[in-house]
Amino acid sequence: MTVEKIAEQVLDLAQRALPGAEIEVSADAVHRALTRFANSRIHQNVAEDTVGVRLRAHLDGRTVTTTSTLTSPEGLTSLVSRTAAAVRSAPRDPGWPGLAPAAALALPGEVDEATREASPDDRAARIRDFVDAAGGLETAGYCQTGYWTGAFRNSAGQALAASATTADMDGIARDAGAGGIADGVARRSGVALSELDGAALGARAAGKARAQADPVELPAGRYEVVLEPEAVADLLTNFSYFGFNAKAHQERRCFAEPGTQQFDEAITLYDDPREPYDAEGTPRTRLALVEKGVTTALAQDRRTAATGGGASTGHAGAFGAAWGPTPQNLAFAPGTATVDEMISRVTRGLLITDLWYTRVLDPRTLALTGLTRNGVWLIEDGEVTRPVRNMRFTQLYPQALGPGAVLGVGAEAVPQPSRVFLGAWTSPALHLASWNLTGGASG
Amino acid sequence: MSFFDVAEAAVAAALDAGARYADARVMHKRYESMDARNGEVEDLSSDESAGIGVRALVGSSWGFYAVPDLSDSAARLAGARATAIAKASARVAGPAADLVPTTVSHATWASECLVDPLAVPLSDKGDLLTHATKTMVEHGADQATAVYQIWDTRKWFVSSEGHRIDQHVRECGAGIQATSIGAGETQVRSYPAARGQYGTRGWELVRELDLLAHAPRLAEESRALLSAPLCPAGETALILGPEQLFLQIHESVGHAIELDRILGWEAAFAGTSWLDLAQLGSLRYGSELMNITIDPTLPGALGSFGFDDEGTPAAKRYAVKDGIWVGVLAGRDSAALAGLDYGGSVRADGWSRLPMVRMTNVGLEPGPHTLEQIIAETDDGVFMENNRSWSIDDKRLNFQFGCEIAYEVKNGKRGRMLRNPTYTGIGPKFWQSMDMLSSEVQYWGTPNCGKGQPTQAGHTGHPSAPARFQGVRVGVRA
Repeated sequence: MTVEKIAEQVLDLAQRALPGAEIEVSADAVHRALTRFANSRIHQNVAEDTVGVRLRAHLDGRTVTTTSTLTSPEGLTSLVSRTAAAVRSAPRDPGWPGLAPAAALALPGEVDEATREASPDDRAARIRDFVDAAGGLETAGYCQTGYWTGAFRNSAGQALAASATTADMDGIARDAGAGGIADGVARRSGVALSELDGAALGARAAGKARAQADPVELPAGRYEVVLEPEAVADLLTNFSYFGFNAKAHQERRCFAEPGTQQFDEAITLYDDPREPYDAEGTPRTRLALVEKGVTTALAQDRRTAATGGGASTGHAGAFGAAWGPTPQNLAFAPGTATVDEMISRVTRGLLITDLWYTRVLDPRTLALTGLTRNGVWLIEDGEVTRPVRNMRFTQLYPQALGPGAVLGVGAEAVPQPSRVFLGAWTSPALHLASWNLTGGASG
Repeated sequence: MSFFDVAEAAVAAALDAGARYADARVMHKRYESMDARNGEVEDLSSDESAGIGVRALVGSSWGFYAVPDLSDSAARLAGARATAIAKASARVAGPAADLVPTTVSHATWASECLVDPLAVPLSDKGDLLTHATKTMVEHGADQATAVYQIWDTRKWFVSSEGHRIDQHVRECGAGIQATSIGAGETQVRSYPAARGQYGTRGWELVRELDLLAHAPRLAEESRALLSAPLCPAGETALILGPEQLFLQIHESVGHAIELDRILGWEAAFAGTSWLDLAQLGSLRYGSELMNITIDPTLPGALGSFGFDDEGTPAAKRYAVKDGIWVGVLAGRDSAALAGLDYGGSVRADGWSRLPMVRMTNVGLEPGPHTLEQIIAETDDGVFMENNRSWSIDDKRLNFQFGCEIAYEVKNGKRGRMLRNPTYTGIGPKFWQSMDMLSSEVQYWGTPNCGKGQPTQAGHTGHPSAPARFQGVRVGVRA
C-alpha cells in the first residue's frame, strides 16, 4: 500500500471512529542505508525499510498523538482504536491551534533516482575511495543514502505528498605521530550520492591529520579564530535547537529578539528545508531568520503562531510539541573570503576545524562549553605556524557573532550532515574576533 | 506462525544466502509519554512499533537489515538482504571476525512490574503532571515542566547457534523541573534528577518519587538562585550529590570502558577511549574507594535485562576494583578481537537498529561514609547537586559539568547557596582524588544515551552515592 493510501485510509477510519474530531494523519516510508567504517574497514553496514503512520486527534478539547509501524489493515484499525480510547481520557488541551488549512506545496522535494536506488556496493565504493585517498592513514566514518516519501491528510482538506533523497559522508583520517594520534576530518551532505567524492574527502581528512603532527599546548584565553565549515556547523546546530525556536522565545528561554541587530551585519541566516511540509501539514519555504545581522523571524508551528500571533512557518514536529519548532536545514549565507585570506588577516589566533560535545550552560544567553576536535593550528602574522592540542571553550555563541565580531565569512558554504535524517547545515568558514578558550583538553 | 518462527525463517534465509552466522530479533514496542507545562498538558504521545532486524556475518564482514513486516516472506527477504549487505562490506574488508562463545539458551525473562504503567489511566497521569507544574508556578517558577515516559518492550531472539530467548522489559520514570528567569539568565531546579528518574519497574517507581511533595521546594530554589552569589572560581574540595555523580560515572567511566570505543570502532563519531587494553588489570583508574561494577542483574535498575541482544546471559562483572581498571563493556565480536572471553553488553534501541556495545548498569559500590560525615569533615569546599550541562572530549578524559545548584561548605557545615556552579577535570586524576564515598547508594537511570550511526538512545543504569573529590577546578564560565 502506498503512503497516500495509508494516510487516506487512516483518516477515513479515524473520522468514522471519532465523529466531529479534528484529525491529521501523516504516513512516511523511509529507506535508509548507512555503511560505517573504522580502522579502514567496513565494520557496520545497515539498511532499513520502515513505514510509519502518525495520527493526531483533537476531540472535545483533548488531543492525543499516536504512531505505529503496523500498516496491515488490522494494524491501522488498532491504531485508530487506540487513538480513540486515548483521546477520550486525555487531559484537556486549551492551546489547541486547529488544523492546517488546505494549501499547496511551495517547494518540491528533491529526488535523485540513482541515490534512491543506491546499493551497498555504491556506498562501499565511496568508502574505498576515501580509504585509498588517505594514503595509508587509518580512517573511520560513514556513507549514508536515504529516500523518504510521505503523505499528509487532515480533516480540514489538506492533502500533500512529497519525496526526497539524501546522501551524506563523514570521515576522519588518523595519523599516529610522535605527539599521539592526530585526526583530520571531512564531511559533505547532498541530495545525490554523486555529490559525494570519497577521494576528495579522504584527501582533505588525511591532509588535516598529517598537518597535526607534534602539537603544542596553548594557555587559556580569548583568541581570534578562523572556524572552518565543520566547526561552523556546530554553531548552526545550536542556533537550530536553542536560538530561533518560537516556543523557547515565548517562554523567555532564548536570546533571539526579532527586529533587533543581534549579529554582525556580515551574518545572514536562513532555513532551507529539504522536507516540503511539516508534521502539521504546513507547506515549508525558505525562511530568513537573520538578515544582515538583524533577527527577522523565528521558526513557528501552529501552536506558537496561535499563542504569539503570526503564522506557522512549517517547523512543527522535529522534536515534538514540548520542545517546539526547530529549523533543521540552517545555512549561513556565504561571504567573499577564502580560508587562506582569513588566515592572512590574523596576527595571532587559531584555525579550528571542528567543535565537539557542545552543551548549553544557559539557553537564554546560549552559553556553551565544548572542545575543539579534528585539528587546531596557531596562526601567527598571517600564517599557520604549528598545530595545537585540543582545547576546551566556554563561549556565548550569539556574542561570538555579535555586531563587530565577525571579521569575515567564507565564500564557499559547504553542506554538512546533521544527525537528523534529511537535516543538513550549510556552513561557510567564519573569521571571528574572539573565542573564549578556557583550558587545555589534556588537563 | 510465532515470532520465534519468524525470526528463525530470517536466520535460515541469511544462512542460505551464504552467512556463516546470523541472528534475528523480532521486537514489539509500546511507548507512551506526556509533557506538561505550567498546569497544562503540552504533549501526549502513544507509539507502537514492531519489526524484525537481522544480522549476518559473511567472512569478516557484517550486514544488517530491518523491516516492519513480520510475515514469513518478509523475514526471509530480510535475512537474504542482511547477507547481501555483509557481502558488500567485503569490498573494504578487515581481519577475520570471530565471536566469543556464549551459553546457548532457550529462556524467558521479564522485568518486575507491580503496577503496569500503561494501565494507569491517562487522566491520573495527567493530573499528576499538571498538579505538579501548577504547584511550581504557584511557588514562584516562571516555567514549570513535568514529564513521564513508559516503554513496554517484548523481544524474541534467535541465532544460528540455537538461541531462542524471549524477554519482556517494562520501564518507566518521571521528573519535574522549575525554571526562574532573571535579567539575561535562567535558573533551573529539577527532581529527582535533571532529566527525571527511570528504571525497569512499573508505575510504583513514579508513585515513590512523590513529585508533588518536591514541587514547592524546586520553585523556591530556582527563584532563590537568581540572587545567589556566583560559584567562586578556583581549586577546592568538591562534594557531588548522587544525581550528579551518576552522570560523571556514565561519561567518564561508562563510555571509556566500552570496548568498541577502545578498539576504534567509534573513532569518527562518539570517539575513542584513553584506555589502552595493554593496561587492563594494572592501570590505576581511581582511588581505592573506587569500585565500579557492570551489573545488568540489579533489580529495577534501568540497564537491567535477562540476556543482551546477542543472547549472552546477564552477569555481574567488575570494571574497576579497588581503583584498578579490570573490566570492559563488550560484545562477542569485540571481545574476540581483543582477546577477552566475555561479551554481554550489546543492545539495540529497537528492531531497526544494529545491536552495539552499550552500558548496562555501571556504577559505584558503596563506600564507608555518609553524606553527613562527608560534609562534617570538609573544612572548605563546594557541594554541587543536579546536572545542568555535560561535555567531555572524544577520549573521555577532559570533562566539564555544570550543576543546577551548589552550596558553600565551611568548617564542616553546609552554607550559602551558590549559582552557576561548574567543575572541570581529567578523568583518572579526578577519580584518584576521591577520598570519601557514601554508603547511600541509589540506582539512577537515564534513557537518552546517544551513540552509533544512525543514532540510538540507550537506557542505562548507574548506582551512585555522594562522594568527595579533592583539588577540583570549579567556577569555569563564559
